[in-house]
Amino acid sequence: MDPAFITPFIASIQNVFTTMMQLPVTIGDPRIKAEPATTFDVSGIIGMSGDVVGSVVLSFPISTAQRLVALFTGTEMKHDNPDFADAIGELTNMISGNAKGMFAGKKKVTISCPSVIVGQNHTVQRPRDIPCIVIPCSTDCGDLVIEIAIQDRSAAPTAAAAAGATAPQ
Amino acid sequence: MKIMLIDDSKTMRNIQRSVLAQLGHTTIEEACDGQDALSKVGAFQPELILVDWNMPNMNGLEFVKAFRQSNKTTPLIMVTTESEKARVIEAIKAGVNNYVIKPFTPDLLSQRINETLSRLAKAA
Repeated sequence: MDPAFITPFIASIQNVFTTMMQLPVTIGDPRIKAEPATTFDVSGIIGMSGDVVGSVVLSFPISTAQRLVALFTGTEMKHDNPDFADAIGELTNMISGNAKGMFAGKKKVTISCPSVIVGQNHTVQRPRDIPCIVIPCSTDCGDLVIEIAIQDRSAAPTAAAAAGATAPQ
Repeated sequence: MKIMLIDDSKTMRNIQRSVLAQLGHTTIEEACDGQDALSKVGAFQPELILVDWNMPNMNGLEFVKAFRQSNKTTPLIMVTTESEKARVIEAIKAGVNNYVIKPFTPDLLSQRINETLSRLAKAA
């Protein structure tokens, strides 16, 4: 993956969390992710299409997601509340959209509306030929990761842009 | 003042509603996408509209273009993550009066609302 895709997501999560929640984010060392299952139990997913294709997943433990949602919305809620998914989706949308603005330049890139999945050991299908980079993030609300599997369309002629998901059997 | 909030995220509509309440605006109608908004503008007659870009069914840009065919004067503020220069220009050409990039602070949103309204008041 082009390293130019990584830095915008780091800057974006810091910008979104500090602007919307006054919550500093400490960034860990990025690593390549081979396993298909998402890192944690709550996933906010955005697909990218156009000149850049692939998917971005914000993966949270439920406890971290609940604390973040409470801070973001001003209301404590359980993960089965529809507003919980809405809030996680909006955070994912802002982080991805903000990052896209930093790397897109003259490229035409469209982001999908966010999807949110809650459940243990779920997987988010990624195009096989796009490597996934995980960026660990630490906050006072707990840890989370950004899983980035995107690349230039010219480098991924067969890559499907849409992000899909499968529930555990 | 009657204000319409168009965003597919209820969380975002609530955040904007809270900023508007601090500015003293409480007559608010909400819509979850462009189609929903078009079905409500006739009855509600908004005096200011805040509209997101990326929404299902009908996105914000499509809404602005459709709305401007029959209404050239009601101020529209695009509130979106779309920050590329080409996108901002595209929105302004379609008829948006001001632009706020998410994430935003309550102060920034207040400032953009106030400057939009005062600019239009001076022009009237």
